[in-house]
Amino acid sequence: MQETLKTDTKTNIDWDNIRSQFPVLRQEVNGQPLVYLDNGASSQIPQRVIDRINAYHLNEHANVHRGIHTLSQKATDAFELTRKRVQAFINARHEEEIIYTTGTTDSINLVAQSYGRKHFKENDEILISAMEHHANIVPWQLIAEQTGAILKVIPMNDDGELLMDKYHGLLSEKTKMVAVVHVSNTLGTINPVEEIIAAAHSRGIPVLVDGAQAVPHMKVDMQRLDADFYAFSAHKMCGPTGFGILFGKRELLNDMPPYRGGGDMIDKVTFEKTTWNDLPHKFEAGTPPISAGVGFAETISFLKDIGMENIAAREQELLEYATGKLNAIDGLRIVGTSENKASVISFLLKDIHPTDAGTILDQKGIAVRTGHHCTQPIMDRFEIPGTARASISFYNTKEDIDRLADGIKYVQEFF
Amino acid sequence: MDIKETEDRIVREFELLQDWQERYKYIIKLGTKLDPLPEDDKIDENLVKGCQSQVWLTAKMEDGKVIFNADSDAAITKGLVSLMIRFYSGRTPDVIINTKPEFIDKIGMASHLSPTRANGLASMIKQMKIYAMAFKSSETLS
Repeated sequence: MQETLKTDTKTNIDWDNIRSQFPVLRQEVNGQPLVYLDNGASSQIPQRVIDRINAYHLNEHANVHRGIHTLSQKATDAFELTRKRVQAFINARHEEEIIYTTGTTDSINLVAQSYGRKHFKENDEILISAMEHHANIVPWQLIAEQTGAILKVIPMNDDGELLMDKYHGLLSEKTKMVAVVHVSNTLGTINPVEEIIAAAHSRGIPVLVDGAQAVPHMKVDMQRLDADFYAFSAHKMCGPTGFGILFGKRELLNDMPPYRGGGDMIDKVTFEKTTWNDLPHKFEAGTPPISAGVGFAETISFLKDIGMENIAAREQELLEYATGKLNAIDGLRIVGTSENKASVISFLLKDIHPTDAGTILDQKGIAVRTGHHCTQPIMDRFEIPGTARASISFYNTKEDIDRLADGIKYVQEFF
Repeated sequence: MDIKETEDRIVREFELLQDWQERYKYIIKLGTKLDPLPEDDKIDENLVKGCQSQVWLTAKMEDGKVIFNADSDAAITKGLVSLMIRFYSGRTPDVIINTKPEFIDKIGMASHLSPTRANGLASMIKQMKIYAMAFKSSETLS
């Protein structure tokens, strides 16, 4: 049964109070109050999630799914509650469509290896986009090498938007999978995944969506989106590290062979033959990251209590404010200027290397990411060595943005 | 000047600097004074792995001593590179292999030494030592 959670929309949210629930933000770095703008890499964890994980370790820990004893049952219940909450959170039709993984990368590898080995053959085409994270490129390259399939790439324009006419032209009877990112971790672009999915489905092609940067920032509805596979990570949405989700349509998952062998994923094992456990456990070999999974259930309640619509609105407001502030700085260029963006700003400073900028910002207590952000093909596309990236969360403030803008001006004076 | 004297001098230079701003500015200035690396040497084979910025490093043997040349596209990294060259270039392979750059800590740049640090100073030092070992073993063989 689907768990019902509180309604999503609220007004007059006390964002200062929400920010105060993140203990890690209350510290100084290099003698200055921390401004944390590396949320795209990993977001921070609120107190109640930390408390939940602690309580699990203090009172409830045992291995899950196998024990007859009470403690094991308690741990299993806590761990399985997450599945129900995730199902409700992303509006999946069935609970067993929620597969626990170690994160987005693991989820995509699972689909590439399990679905790909069964269905791909020589000269089949896997269609990805020019703005994929390496985690949505390399798993497909590996399975392509193993099966003789070929990778094709949807190009993008200078604003960092996919060329949809090219996409439609690339779809053919050879296409056996479309794998695209929902929100670009480097450019912030929100891709038109509904259109991408509908077009692929009209030709009977399944679609995997890398939602690592989408689920933390907006309401994502599996039934409305109709994605065949959807992957995301707990630690980018105020949850613990080492835990993630693969959503997959039940009929597809049922048809796929196991990805890894081990305990929990079996029905019956003899030395001659093993039969598989049912979904979702067929894909969950070995002891999972239980405490992280238990903590993630609390993360989802936390996000539901704020409301994803409210989070999206708050982050859009901060994005707009930050874009205005940064665009006003001479010699700063934003990379990724789509109309439809999540709260990620990649930027370049004229004649200053991003790592130099990042080093000086760090001295000012400002945490941004520099480099290629695991998207080297994007850097090649824009012919740049890397960028500095500020990724904004709902718990950031306009003061954080002001500090960033002042920090950037300081960097420009420094070099 | 032997390697210890060079180290002491670097440490003394940095002792005159008051705060992180002055230290970084000095490092950047040192980078600008680095002998330019020929464009022909700025090739992928000479890139040091593990640096977020590009660092090219070349090495040759002259009169029993290893001569390093390097460049980087990032200013702070280039300054750190220039310090490493001042420290290690023109030394025998044995000295390079057996001497740790302890001055990095003393000049307040220890955080840059972490093997996972994106500027790749640790990778650079490792690569210099690998060159020294390679020259040493080819000397022993000949």
